[in-house]
Amino acid sequence: MSKSLTIHHQDTLEDHPDTRSPDTHQDPFAKTVFGFWLYLMTDCLLFATLFCTFAVLHNSTYGGPSARILFHLPTVFGETMILLFSSFICGCSMLYALRNAKTKVMLCLIVTFLLGVSFLFIELSEFTDIVQGGHSWQDSAFLSSYFTLVGTHGLHITFGMLWIAVMIAQIYRLGVTTNTFRRLAVLNMFWHFLDVVWIFIFTFVYLMGVI
Amino acid sequence: MKGVIKPVRFMLVCTCLLILLILVMQPLQILYFREKIAVLFPKGLIAFEERNLLFFIQILMLLVVIPVYILTFIFSWIYRADNPKGRYDPDLVDNVLAEVIWWGLPLFLTIIIGVVTWVKTHQLDPYKPIPSSRAEKTIQVVALQWKWLFIYPEEKIATLNFVQFPKDTPIHFEITADAPMNSFWIPHLGGQIYAMPNMRTQLHLIADTEGDFRGSSANLSGEGFAGMTFVTRSSSDEDYQKWIDKAKQATKKLDLASYDELAKPSQNNPVEIFQLADATLFEQIVNKYMHPHSH
Amino acid sequence: MFGRLTQEAFVHEDSQNMAVLSMLLGGIMLMALLFYLKRWRWLWEEWITTVDHKKIGIMYIVVVLIMFMKGFGDAIMMRIQQLFSVGDSHGFLSAGHFQEVFSAHGTTMIFFVGMGVVFGLMNLIIPLQIGARDVAFPFLNAVSFWLFTAAAMLTLVSLAMGKFSTAGWLAYAPLSSLKYSPDEGVDYWIWTVQIAGVGSTLGGINFLATILKMRCPGMQLMKMPIFVWSSLCALVLILLAFPILTATLFMLTLDRYLDMHFFTVDGGGNYMMYVNLIWAWGHPEVYILILPIFGIFSEVVPTFSEKRLFGYVSMVWALIIIAFLSFIVWLHHFFTMGASPNINAFFAITTMLIAIPTGVKIFNWLFTKFRGRVLFTSPMLWFFAFLLNFTVAGMTGILLSAPPVDFQVHNSLFLIAHFHGMVIGGVLFGFFAGFTYWFPKFTGFMLDEKLNRYAFWCWMAGFLLAFMPLYMLGFMGATRRLDHYAAETGWHPLFAIAAFGAFIILCGASIQLFGLFWSIKHRKKLWDHTGGNPWNGRTLEWSIPSPPPIYNFALIPVVDQIDPVWAQRDQRQDLSERKYEDIYLPKNTATGFYIGLWSLIFGIAMVWYMWWLAIISFIAILVLMIMRLSGDDPHDKITATQVQADELAHRRGFQI
Repeated sequence: MSKSLTIHHQDTLEDHPDTRSPDTHQDPFAKTVFGFWLYLMTDCLLFATLFCTFAVLHNSTYGGPSARILFHLPTVFGETMILLFSSFICGCSMLYALRNAKTKVMLCLIVTFLLGVSFLFIELSEFTDIVQGGHSWQDSAFLSSYFTLVGTHGLHITFGMLWIAVMIAQIYRLGVTTNTFRRLAVLNMFWHFLDVVWIFIFTFVYLMGVI
Repeated sequence: MKGVIKPVRFMLVCTCLLILLILVMQPLQILYFREKIAVLFPKGLIAFEERNLLFFIQILMLLVVIPVYILTFIFSWIYRADNPKGRYDPDLVDNVLAEVIWWGLPLFLTIIIGVVTWVKTHQLDPYKPIPSSRAEKTIQVVALQWKWLFIYPEEKIATLNFVQFPKDTPIHFEITADAPMNSFWIPHLGGQIYAMPNMRTQLHLIADTEGDFRGSSANLSGEGFAGMTFVTRSSSDEDYQKWIDKAKQATKKLDLASYDELAKPSQNNPVEIFQLADATLFEQIVNKYMHPHSH
Repeated sequence: MFGRLTQEAFVHEDSQNMAVLSMLLGGIMLMALLFYLKRWRWLWEEWITTVDHKKIGIMYIVVVLIMFMKGFGDAIMMRIQQLFSVGDSHGFLSAGHFQEVFSAHGTTMIFFVGMGVVFGLMNLIIPLQIGARDVAFPFLNAVSFWLFTAAAMLTLVSLAMGKFSTAGWLAYAPLSSLKYSPDEGVDYWIWTVQIAGVGSTLGGINFLATILKMRCPGMQLMKMPIFVWSSLCALVLILLAFPILTATLFMLTLDRYLDMHFFTVDGGGNYMMYVNLIWAWGHPEVYILILPIFGIFSEVVPTFSEKRLFGYVSMVWALIIIAFLSFIVWLHHFFTMGASPNINAFFAITTMLIAIPTGVKIFNWLFTKFRGRVLFTSPMLWFFAFLLNFTVAGMTGILLSAPPVDFQVHNSLFLIAHFHGMVIGGVLFGFFAGFTYWFPKFTGFMLDEKLNRYAFWCWMAGFLLAFMPLYMLGFMGATRRLDHYAAETGWHPLFAIAAFGAFIILCGASIQLFGLFWSIKHRKKLWDHTGGNPWNGRTLEWSIPSPPPIYNFALIPVVDQIDPVWAQRDQRQDLSERKYEDIYLPKNTATGFYIGLWSLIFGIAMVWYMWWLAIISFIAILVLMIMRLSGDDPHDKITATQVQADELAHRRGFQI
């Protein structure tokens, strides 16, 4: 591991006792990251349940339109590229954090945030188009499960963006410290996770729906 | 050490007595209630076969449960702390043979029970017709709030909370619901199956004696659920024909309009008999919620 | 402004009004007592704002006891109703009220007694048994507890305001859909369970991280106490199963609030999917309840047989296999829903397979007693009761696992007798054993043994009388959840015996409650003078004083085998040679309590459609979270000299 990483999450073991834990030989960074992996596992299962439900209900169109008619692949492709790129930029923020480059970290986070905004904007326009075309989530099981699965992902993105905003504020106020570095690492995990879920949505909802 | 129970014997004896009391109660209950114990005193082939499987599994399980009980009592007695005759061997923490026995024997028993269960599950599939020399009769069943509607498609009649058919005749029930999930159950004749909206489940039963049997819903479906009982009457061929002829004279007619009235929530409905004015009524009920404009 | 809340929500039947009144009176009396004893500050500083796992564990148990009284009250009401509601009489409860009672009974017992016991004991015991000073995320621990309590309070609020669900403890669709349950009942149920579920998931993350990351040096996985192993398996189940519940309830919420069609009858909804999903969570849930109980017995039986646990490795593998298999049996809860015989038979076989490792555990416990020196303290009495009752209930489980047999007993009182044998004979008796066993560790004094024994007899006799007749009732065609039945069914005498049994259980529970207060009053007489190990236990929690200091271990222990305290029995270390370190403890915080409070308000707001209040409380929770997660994690320091002084004082007190 690079020297900076060592400083940021193991900065104290013998010389400066780590007061985040009653047992000074514990490693809070590793503990928090592990705990967050566990949380991501539960989130994964939550999405898995929604995916399963979509799989069961995707043909229950109740006389209404099916995926083939409703989905517009170029739009979805645009959303995917935005999200992938934002994941890359978010990862860059970690690299800059390792080098203690406070301004560059904030810049990356701001760009990630803006990309998130564009993603949500496109997604909301997509939803609005479908609803204004006369097909809302109240019309069929297929539409209910589609809006819920994709909407839940969008909600997670929204929370992620709130988190990014808070991190920008923290980095601005405190700079890159042991605490903010740890939180940045965990935010990255979350953001990449959402990207992975989107890949599944892209494949199983949009691509397979349209084929 | 504080709190050691001195009269262990007292505890073991009292527990023994309690268990014996419960054991004695079982045959007493059977003697007292007899035929009312529908599952143990079946009146039809399906219920009879289901009961036999119950007995088979029960006996095999006793091969495990009885030794556990015996060991529980014996070990508690012999190895109680103040018994000098109980050998104390604190290093006895492992024994490969013992593990092999109590992993292996239950596995062996499970395989036997499993194989028999597999076979019986296929034989007693509710969707499987009952082989018989007599022709099968179809009766359609609709679970409503909170009553049971029976439709006889061949005889063109319908009944509420009452179903009659000739004995020794395989009955093919086609079951649906216009209500929350219910369960169609006549314990004397056989096991139950869910009655569900938008779905069509099937149950094959046969009665081998004449008599009246209690039927009910076995799944919570709302406020009036406890009142969803119906009478099942198995009669001779002549009595059945007489009843059908009388039913065909019923004043009330059942078509889609009167069905919609009937389907409104009501509780503890008395028995009613209708002429079936619409032969496709059951199909319409099954498809009631399938399309946006079908109801 | 008040959404759909009207004055009518406060109008109830007499029996319910009495319950609400006694609840309010009890609350007022408690508050008056706190004022009189001037203990508000103490309550706030020592308990409500604590992040100490031991105090949180005790608070879990307190909530469990309160909710148990509610759930048991529901049970008594049901027994009385079914005793009198036969033929022309319709008992004292209306059908709707009876349905509320059994729905609340199941929900309370599973989520607030069962899960409360699991998390309460995990909080109390796990850090101590692995030689840690706290859990992985102490603040998250507090949040989990307050979410749990908020959900419990929401159930109690539903007593006073509006009605609870009448759709059973699992609220099957389509009965729970808007079409058949338009009023607020199912919504109360949804938010209660959803909030409790989030608390459980967070707790699961916390304790899994604790066990896997904070064991003391030398404690490899195969050297952990079996209680920790059983908790580990239960925690994996929690993490994998609860998200399914969260998602399913979320979809039911969308159906009810936004008119979606996941589980509706029309619109292409598939309510059978609800049944599958809810049981995909539900079956692992019952194993989450029982696995830690198996762990308790694996601690109690060796201690009171003065012999190590027989077959440690076998026991560990049995736990793992049970946990794994619990994910592939869920369909046995609805064999009667019309699946093909291949599918039904597959799930029958997987269900039967689970019995094998369970039986292995029973044999291993029995052979721990074999050639041991068995001391019949009350924890061992509870183990004895468990053996007799749980085995029979497990046997009836195998009967139920054969689809053709299940067709005849599904949803009947036979099923009720089976699962109550598992949860009372298993979970509850195990909890009583663990409660009695570990009580002296956290209080410094014992529970009165004689009263415990009387309680054991009441429960043993009462349980048999209350539930054995139910097996026969099931065979007689008696379905569950019936508020009334005809006299011709012949069921009445058996319901009378069951009511009598319930009354005896009531005596037993009352003796236990009385015994708790009696023991507190006479604690000087019952004081533990052994310096923290009254039962001669083998695991690390018995190596520290009773009650433990806030930091648990003055020195993090180093172990090299199972049952470390017995291994070190003959070793005496010179105290002055030990090198103490400064200990840092997380500061108390009120944030957890406030998150719980706002969650309660959020739940009430969502139930009654008070959207403005829901938005405010949701934002409040977010703000609290952000403030906490932007802060610095303040800590208190206990200096090494202070720790050493505490240790020496304690040892001097017991002349060890």
